[in-house]
Amino acid sequence: MSTAEPLIVARGLQKRFGGFTAVDGIDVEVRAGEAFGFLGPNGAGKSSTMRMIGCVSPRTEGELSVLGLDPERDGPAIRARLGVVPQDDTLDVELTVRENLLVYGRYFDLPRSVVRERADALLDFVQLTDRADDQVEPLSGGMKRRLVIARALINEPELVMLDEPTTGLDPQARHLVWERLYRLKQQGATLVLTTHYMDEAEQLCDRLVVMDHGRIVAEGSPRGLIEAHCTREVLELRFAPGGHTDGLAQLGDLDERIEELPDRLLIYTGDGDDLLADLHRRGVRHEAALVRRSSLEDVFLQLTGRTLVES
Amino acid sequence: MISAPVRAVAAYRFANYRRTWKGTMVGTIVNPIMFLLAIGVGLGSLVEEGTTDTLEGVAYLAFVAPGMLAATAMFTGVNDSTYPVLGSVKWHPTTFAQVATPITPAQAALGHLLWNAIRLLMSVGAFFVVMAIAGAPESWWVLAAVPAAILTGLAFAAPVQAWAVGLESDALFPNVQRFVVLPMFLFSGTFFPTEQLPDAVEPLTVLTPLWHGVELCRSLSLGTATLGGSLVHVVVLGAVTAAGIVASSRTYERRLTA
Repeated sequence: MSTAEPLIVARGLQKRFGGFTAVDGIDVEVRAGEAFGFLGPNGAGKSSTMRMIGCVSPRTEGELSVLGLDPERDGPAIRARLGVVPQDDTLDVELTVRENLLVYGRYFDLPRSVVRERADALLDFVQLTDRADDQVEPLSGGMKRRLVIARALINEPELVMLDEPTTGLDPQARHLVWERLYRLKQQGATLVLTTHYMDEAEQLCDRLVVMDHGRIVAEGSPRGLIEAHCTREVLELRFAPGGHTDGLAQLGDLDERIEELPDRLLIYTGDGDDLLADLHRRGVRHEAALVRRSSLEDVFLQLTGRTLVES
Repeated sequence: MISAPVRAVAAYRFANYRRTWKGTMVGTIVNPIMFLLAIGVGLGSLVEEGTTDTLEGVAYLAFVAPGMLAATAMFTGVNDSTYPVLGSVKWHPTTFAQVATPITPAQAALGHLLWNAIRLLMSVGAFFVVMAIAGAPESWWVLAAVPAAILTGLAFAAPVQAWAVGLESDALFPNVQRFVVLPMFLFSGTFFPTEQLPDAVEPLTVLTPLWHGVELCRSLSLGTATLGGSLVHVVVLGAVTAAGIVASSRTYERRLTA
C-alpha cells in the first residue's frame, strides 16, 4: 500500500446511542506502519470508535474508510484483514490455550495446517508455549491477555486494533505485554490502540489523539503534545492535611501555571529544582516535593482540567 | 451447501462440547430413555389392560415411543438454544469474538443452529436406537422419523435462540420450561391422542409445533403416514424454523453490533 493511502480515514465520524453522543464528529487518519493511540478517560468514546473501525458497530454519521473499504458494505472483507484485541478477553476458558487459537483460525477460513503452524509460532511469540495444552481458565490475567494478542495475529492482519491492552494487569504483566507489542511494531505492524494510561501511550504510540467527551481535543506525537501544551518539568507539592489552601495562598503571586489536585499541587515550570529552591527561600512550608518531567497526563489535565485515571 | 463461516462456528461448538459433553449426557440422552422405558413399557402394560381402541389399535409402546422421540427433540432443541446461546454473549462472550472476524451475526446464529442440529442427531439417534430395540416401530418408514424429529427440534431451537440472544439474564428460562415446553409435552399428543382432550381445547393443539412433530413421527413409525398429511407437518415445522432463522439473524445483529 502506498503511503498516500492511509489505512484508516475518518471524517466527522459520529456515534450516537439514543440521545447519548459517544463519538462526536472526529477526524482521524492512520497510516501504514505507525502505532496510533486514542488516549482518554473512561467514557471518552475510544471504544465506540474502535468498534466502528472494527466493523462491529455501524456509524451514525460521517465518513469512515478502513483499508480503503467501507465498513458498512465490506465488513467481513475488512474484518478478514484486522486483528482485534477487545477490552474483554472473549476467550473460551474451557478450551485449552492452543484450541482457542485453532478455533479462531477457522473463523478466517484458513487451512487447518496453516492455523496449526501459525498457532505454534504465535504461542512462542507470546511466551505461552509451555502452557499450550493447559485450560485457559486458571491462567493469570496477563497470560490471557497475551493469548488474546496471539489470537488476533492468527490471520496475519494488516492492522491490529487493541482496546485497552493492559487495563487490569499488574505492572510486571503490563511490561511484558508492552514488550511484545513493541516487537510487533518493530516488525512493521500497524497498531491502533486505546488507553487511559499515559505511560502506555508514551511507550507505544508514534502519534495519538487525546479524546474527551467524544471529541478530539489534541493530536500529535507524545513528545510534541507535551512540548506544545506543557512546560518541561513539573513540581509536585504535598502539604500537611488541611494545609492545602494555605499552601496555595503562599504561592499566590507565582507566574507558573498551578493545577490543584485533591492530594497535591502541580506547578508547571521550566526548571523544577530552581523553582523549589526559590520557594524554600521564600519560606513556603510543605510536606513532600517531587520534581519530574511533564507527561501526557499533564497534557490531559491542561486540556480538560481533569485527570485521566480518577485518583 | 453449508458455508465455511457457519461450519466454523459449529466446529467451535463441537470443540467446546468435547470438554463438556459428560454434563449433557443425562439430560439429553439418559433421561429420555428412562422415560421411554417407564412410560412406554411400564405404564404401557396397564394401558393395554384397559383399551387400545383409541390408540389406533396398536400397543401403547408403539404409540408413545415416536411421540416421545419428537418430544426429546423439543427438549434438546430448547436446552441448547437457551443457556449456551445467552452464555456466549453474556458470561463468556465468545460470540463477540466470532463477529470480530469475517463471520457475520447471521452466520453466528446459523452456526449455533447447525450445532443444535448435530446435538439433535445425537439425542434423537440414541433414543431411536433404544426405541427400535424395544420393538416400538411398526414400519420401516420409522427411519424417516429421525430427520422428522430433528426438524421438530429445530422448530423450537431457532425461535428460542432468536429470543435468548437478546436477554440480559437467565431468569426467564425456567418459565419457558414451565409454561411452554412442559404443557406441550403433556398435551400435544405425546402420551395420548389429542381427541381425548375437551372439544374446546383439541383444535388448539394444531397450533403447537410439537403436535405436528408428534403426528409426523408417529405416523411414520406406525406406517400410517400419508403424503399429504406428512407434507403439511413438514411445511409447518419448516416454516417455524425458517421464521426463527430470520428472527435470529436480526436479534443476533442487534445484540452483537451496537
